[in-house]
Amino acid sequence: MINIDFKHRQSAHCESGVTSNLLFHHGLDCSEALAFGIGDGLFFAYLPFIRLNNLPLTTYRCAVGEIFKRVNKRLNVTVTRQKFRSPQKAMDALDDKLKEGIPVGCQTGAYWLPYFPPAFRFHFNMHNLVVIGKQDDNYLISDPVFNEPVLCHKTDLMKARFAKGALAPSGAMYYLKSVPDNPDVQKAVKTGIKSVCKSMLKIPIPIFGVRGIKFLAGRIRKWPKKLGEEGAVNHLVQLIRMQEEIGTGGGGFRFMYAAFLQEAAIILENDKINPLSEQMTLIGDTWRKFAASGARICKGRAKANDTYDEISQILIQCADMEKVVYQELMELIKVR
Amino acid sequence: MKVRDVPQDNGMIGHYGQEICYAVNEKGRYQLTHSMGWDVKNVVNEQAWELIFLEIKKTHEKVINNKLSPLAFHMITNQMDPGLLGKYVSIAGWRVRRHLKPRVFKGLSDSILSRYAEIFNMTINDLKTVPLKIDIETLRNR
Repeated sequence: MINIDFKHRQSAHCESGVTSNLLFHHGLDCSEALAFGIGDGLFFAYLPFIRLNNLPLTTYRCAVGEIFKRVNKRLNVTVTRQKFRSPQKAMDALDDKLKEGIPVGCQTGAYWLPYFPPAFRFHFNMHNLVVIGKQDDNYLISDPVFNEPVLCHKTDLMKARFAKGALAPSGAMYYLKSVPDNPDVQKAVKTGIKSVCKSMLKIPIPIFGVRGIKFLAGRIRKWPKKLGEEGAVNHLVQLIRMQEEIGTGGGGFRFMYAAFLQEAAIILENDKINPLSEQMTLIGDTWRKFAASGARICKGRAKANDTYDEISQILIQCADMEKVVYQELMELIKVR
Repeated sequence: MKVRDVPQDNGMIGHYGQEICYAVNEKGRYQLTHSMGWDVKNVVNEQAWELIFLEIKKTHEKVINNKLSPLAFHMITNQMDPGLLGKYVSIAGWRVRRHLKPRVFKGLSDSILSRYAEIFNMTINDLKTVPLKIDIETLRNR
């Protein structure tokens, strides 16, 4: 039996949670919000040409795997990452590391994880967890979005690690090799903030960042006419699910980023960042207002102000508010 | 979102615990807060499942009327299409589509059937049959 002394800290989101918990295990107390901010996880993109459940994909965070990669790079942490062709070799490699007392991060398809609530089990392959032990044929898993560590039979874990479809994990596993004693957290925070501001403000493609939010707002207005009532509802359901179901801590990760900004204000010794955190909280609330109104439309319980035009306006409001926050953040980071 | 406003609307999480939200306490500082769920999320999740169930129901009817093979039912209850299923069983998508025809499915060897049965975690006999009646709760809680 292997049971690594790993602190399971429940998190809002899998990748930021795994990153934070692995760093903590190696002596670096990085909260999930800090990991999310340093890894510039906050983003927005409306990708109508990529389909999930045959409906457009909307993402409120950066590409999968990038939070982990960027945080480790910016903190000078060395990492080993492997993929496998053979499921058996992948499980053997996992067992070898566990025997050495090393907790291992794995990318998995959530559909095959038996401890997931049934309502959450869809074919998405971007779920991250940490394997921290083994007893007979069961693995002990620290899955950050759950309260406590869970057990998972090796057959299920193998299926999950080799789930097929979009962004198939191919047995991807990773572990930390070395963590510096005194990483330059200030620099990492500044880099993370600059990066988010750039990606939300500067990408000259209409479906990304703040532009993307407005682009989507324009599309939403046209949905009822273009897609019919049923089609419009299906698209809206998908959108709200992307915003809130994928473990965002609320408002498509906006609250998590606001929490990061509070930490950044302390780390950078700059309390001018705090009002921007408050603004980001308001923005998160506005995204949730959009979701609530959208859900009423979907359920056929629309009130007077619950129309596609109105919710489109709420999105424009989000976009305008976010633009101001990122512009002011850029200025603050430049000055110091 | 303030800590006191964090919703506790149980639905999709069921008895599987609670999730974490970021919320602001009275001092204006963020803290991690447990939530049993949010009505808005429950509503859209429920609608997504209704859509899935609708597709399952349509397929079930076609299987009962011998227009599609039982494989079609098991494929859709596992939220797969021929392309994805093909990747799991190492059979080309176009061949999987052929196996959805009742006549073709009847002639499949045990070696092919066992590949499908394994991924769906059932016996070959189970693979060849579908339940007479279906309901969303049983399917969702499988």
